Amino acid sequence: MTKTMENLIAITTICTYQEVEYTFINSLSEAGLLHLEVVDQTPYLPESDLQKLEKMIRLHDELEINVAGIEAITHLLERVEQMQEELRVLRNRVSL
Amino acid sequence: MIEFKSISVYYSPMAFIDYYQVLGIAKSATDKDIKNAYRKLARKYHPDLNPNDAEANKKFQQLNEANEVLSDPEKRKKYDKYGENWQHGEEHEQYEQQQRSRQQSAYSGGQGAGFEGYGTEGFGSEDFSDFFQSMFGQGGRQAGGRQAKFRGQDFNASLRLSLKDVGETHKQTLTVNGKNIRITIPAGIENGQIIKIPGHGGPGANGGPGGDLFITFAIDDDPRFKRVGNDLFANTKLDLYTAVLGGEVTIDTLNGKVKIKVKPETQNGTKVKLKGKGMPVYKKEGEFGDLYVTYNIQIPVNLTDKQKKLFEEIAGRGES
Repeated sequence: MTKTMENLIAITTICTYQEVEYTFINSLSEAGLLHLEVVDQTPYLPESDLQKLEKMIRLHDELEINVAGIEAITHLLERVEQMQEELRVLRNRVSL
Repeated sequence: MIEFKSISVYYSPMAFIDYYQVLGIAKSATDKDIKNAYRKLARKYHPDLNPNDAEANKKFQQLNEANEVLSDPEKRKKYDKYGENWQHGEEHEQYEQQQRSRQQSAYSGGQGAGFEGYGTEGFGSEDFSDFFQSMFGQGGRQAGGRQAKFRGQDFNASLRLSLKDVGETHKQTLTVNGKNIRITIPAGIENGQIIKIPGHGGPGANGGPGGDLFITFAIDDDPRFKRVGNDLFANTKLDLYTAVLGGEVTIDTLNGKVKIKVKPETQNGTKVKLKGKGMPVYKKEGEFGDLYVTYNIQIPVNLTDKQKKLFEEIAGRGES
């Protein structure tokens, strides 16, 4: 196994463990929310993206949010995070 | 000083919880009403949609618990039956069990009808309030359905550091729920910054992953410096003679004292930059902000007659 492969998880493994359909993960990838690596025609997920995928699975399973909804939420959460960071920096500045 | 706060405690011990109120529904609500109310509120308070929001997390746990009870006909019946008198409900239940057991023994020759607890699944028992566990037992989670894996609860902690502590990367040992975790605190971390320690939150249920530990850093103000990003700002006193004639002044930096040259005829409020004497840049080894020093020129006091005369001469009033 090459060094790169060590950081990849087969999508089939994730599907079994998380009890999700492959089509769901594929739609997330098509929406640009995940980047799947294909090695020898087998799709893999980089380990660094696992937590991101798990969060999307929870949104889908627990809140019945579809892929389009997950996409919108992901973008909004990124913006919220960015704004919170800006707010933190500005608060520190104001205390000067 | 280390201050650790966990958000794992959700309710005051043994307090009655109105699950109908939690879901915002009437006591006569149908199964469909309960499902709809839960889904609507869960979308509002789900931890994934409210990162680092302890209040939303707490609310979501309450919703889960209310849904757990009200969506299960058996549990709802028991909850409705005893309501606020739930503390006596358990005693009453046991009394009824004993009565039934005696009656059955009399007819079937000793086969007692033991109470069947609910199967344990889903959230760990630590995710439910004392009220819930007291009423439904530790195994109060609904039986049946797939064995869903649940991620453990996220923990929030705050860590107080001095500005000097932040000046260099160092390790600290924290105690989180009885476990010691040694973490590396990178130099240059900012006030209010949050770092995530994956997997060090609450344990997952049914093989689910552990939650994460979020540490918020509180950096104490330093009386000598004000920090803006990676730069530091300080004031230093400069005597009049050095300001006028030039010389040297000793300045405090985060890593000790340094001597700098003062130009002749330096004005009050002059700001000088000491390159690279500010804060280390977060996660960028060898990079530092700058230190800006503002001179506060001190006017001499308690002058001798001779000194006054000299000043008068300088001012051009001595000979008039």
